[in-house]
Amino acid sequence: MATATFRIWRGSPQGGRFEDYSTEISEGMVVLDAIHDIQARQANDLAVRWNCKAGRCGSCSAEIDGQPRLMCMTRLSTLPLDRPVTVEPMRAFPVVKDLVTDVSWNFRVKKQIKAFNPRPPDAQDGSWRMLQEEVDRVQEFRKCIECFLCQDVCHVLREHHLHEQFVGPRFFVHIAGLEMHPLDTEDRVPELRQAHGVGYCNITKCCTKVCPESIRITDNAIIPLKERVVDEFYDPLKKLFAKLWGLV
Amino acid sequence: MAQYETYQYDVLVIGAGGAGLRAAIEASAAGVATGIVCKSLLGKAHTVMAEGGIAAALSNVDERDNWKVHFADTMRGGQYLNNWRMAELHAREAPQGVRDLEAWGALFDRTRDGRILQRNFGGHKYPRLAHVGDRTGLEMIRTLQDHGVHRGIDVHMECTVITLLKDGDRVAGAVAYDRERGRFRIFQARAVLLATGGIGRAYEITSNSWEYTGDGLALAYEAGAELMDMEFVQFHPTGMVWPPGVRGILVTEGVRGEGGVLLNKEGRRFMFDDIPELYRNQTADNEEEGWRYTQGDKQARRPPELLTRDHVARCIVREIKEGRGSPHGGVFLDISWIRKRLPHAAEHIKKKLPSMYHQFKALADIEITREPMEVGPTTHYMMGGIHVDADSQMSTAPGLFAAGECAAGLHGANRLGGNSLSDLLVFGKRAGTHAASFAQEHGPTRIDLEAAEASVRRALRLFEGNGQPALGDGPYRIQQDLQETMQRLVGIVRAEHEMLSALEAIEQLKVRAQAVRVSGNREYNSGWHTALDLPNLLIVAEAITRSGLERRESRGAHFREDYPSQDLAQGKLNLVLRKGPDGQMRIERRPIPQLPQPLQQIIDEMK
Repeated sequence: MATATFRIWRGSPQGGRFEDYSTEISEGMVVLDAIHDIQARQANDLAVRWNCKAGRCGSCSAEIDGQPRLMCMTRLSTLPLDRPVTVEPMRAFPVVKDLVTDVSWNFRVKKQIKAFNPRPPDAQDGSWRMLQEEVDRVQEFRKCIECFLCQDVCHVLREHHLHEQFVGPRFFVHIAGLEMHPLDTEDRVPELRQAHGVGYCNITKCCTKVCPESIRITDNAIIPLKERVVDEFYDPLKKLFAKLWGLV
Repeated sequence: MAQYETYQYDVLVIGAGGAGLRAAIEASAAGVATGIVCKSLLGKAHTVMAEGGIAAALSNVDERDNWKVHFADTMRGGQYLNNWRMAELHAREAPQGVRDLEAWGALFDRTRDGRILQRNFGGHKYPRLAHVGDRTGLEMIRTLQDHGVHRGIDVHMECTVITLLKDGDRVAGAVAYDRERGRFRIFQARAVLLATGGIGRAYEITSNSWEYTGDGLALAYEAGAELMDMEFVQFHPTGMVWPPGVRGILVTEGVRGEGGVLLNKEGRRFMFDDIPELYRNQTADNEEEGWRYTQGDKQARRPPELLTRDHVARCIVREIKEGRGSPHGGVFLDISWIRKRLPHAAEHIKKKLPSMYHQFKALADIEITREPMEVGPTTHYMMGGIHVDADSQMSTAPGLFAAGECAAGLHGANRLGGNSLSDLLVFGKRAGTHAASFAQEHGPTRIDLEAAEASVRRALRLFEGNGQPALGDGPYRIQQDLQETMQRLVGIVRAEHEMLSALEAIEQLKVRAQAVRVSGNREYNSGWHTALDLPNLLIVAEAITRSGLERRESRGAHFREDYPSQDLAQGKLNLVLRKGPDGQMRIERRPIPQLPQPLQQIIDEMK
């Protein structure tokens, strides 16, 4: 049987290094299979997060040969195996151990975003009427599996570390899903401009490229949100009227 | 004693899948301090994998549907071993459960007049499953998670409970460790609610992730609570069989609901060959009628592919055993054939089954709009679990509640697809309400620190000897051997001599698990975590095997080749297990209470 070498980052918040592990490979294998084999046979204490093994839960995010990917959806047949495959943790988040990173910031950010707040029900039984065409757009955003690969690749977070001023692509998708929800009555546009920092995004579309769910993050979520901010705060006509009549 | 942190809650929820989150939301809404502990990150629990939908008699698509039909379908599917009160509550309350989700932001697929769309599923008489494509579970868990985080519920992520603490007879808290650092946490609570899900990791081929080691069942058993119906393990008929790394991963029943057919290597639709008597009146006897059913023809009966999961799984096993299987040891599931019936079939399949399309394309190089999938049975769901009171979901241990897959009763001998998500909503809510009132009505608990310290010592003992296992094997090896034993000896088709050898093997595995040692330190050490899960898996495996031996008939998911037919007398009892005073597992036959006349009448009318 063929073997391949995996160059896996092993370490802690204090530091670490790559270590090479060779393991047998077979047809159809994905990177996570290889990691599991290495964990079971050679490195019992190798730390890796995973759950569903089918690209649904978004737990096994890592950087494979430098690319942010889900380990469970990366087939070995798509990688060059004549040299070691590097597997390292997401670099935009602090390391916990080996391939596991501390993504708790994401959960704190979500808590700060205004919750869904529906209009009163349309029918006696407490239900609403919505057409499929109305929900299609938001259903795209709700495909998000919270793998945080978009956060990992976003330079505002990865290079500039603006975690306190910028919520990142994942949460623009989340906010877009709320703002465009046919039932929602809340207004999140002031926060988008201030606390959520949508202005920092300069639409390089790196997030869209790595999304395993193929959500068009930049085009369908971030740009429309930027437009809402512009409409509300930078509309020249509105400004003129405000000046003339002292409206805010 | 090692260092530990302590936390106090009125209600402590263990598990953050659909049931745990729904329960925590309800407990918190009742005004009690609520904490939730989960082994993974929030939103990653197995609920996320549920594909088909939530069964609820909303009657949006077929106005003939109502709670009574849903009740009768559930009882028939469970071969009448169900707790009938739970089946009644479930059928009555599931529609409100779905409406609650919509009120919290869930966006289901819609009917033409703007209501929640419902789809066909196995064993359900009418289109009943509220869904979002084939990612309903994701929609549900994200909705509950996003609603829950704004309710002031404390969440302890990546934290595993290893022992329940008691104050006299009453369950009073728990000992846990955090996976990241390996530090211990002691939780003091007025009520503890288990929502830990399934046991799939007891088997080699499973749709379940590493988490599903039966923790809740083992915790409850060790705390003196009863387990029930443990012989009933659901093998889902359609898991992926190739490539090896994805063997067991679920292929939704929704494929068959949308018109997908099962074929053997000769191209025969073998499901027409064996239609059980109980379902004959409801099942199409020709392909044309079956197709019309999947396309919404209300006069048509359902195709045999949509018979209950236990039956479909056994038919697949028969085809494979008799040499008519597919190249990688499964059978074919074909949705691409609908090209002959529908214009734009490829687009239709991608719209209705996007995750399946993506899963097969990415993992198996199969284009499901053009070619058949290969599928075979996979361990999927535990019908049995913690014995609970139907209305309150309290176990037989005071102060200990259970909801969702880890609780027993609703599904009897076989669960219908779609009844799991509705189970989580209905009984998660009920358990949350009742755990909160229990906490309000009963005083604070006292924590038995000695028991807590003993639990911590047991966990740390695994590091003794610095990674040199006494008997030469590590935790992964023992887990694999257990999985292989259960798969081979206590699987879909069972026999006494095989289950007896399984019991012997389990005894030997217990000895090995006692001696197992791990290397490394306490920080995110998967080897240590696996070793700590082993005792739970062993309790579950023993319970399944002992119950399987005791039920000398074939019913629902439990099929005995040495007792291949149903036995009237055994159809009137549940098997109940608990830990005896001598530490041994005790098994008891417990008669099912008489169905009240109004419910009996519903069943008779729907026959």
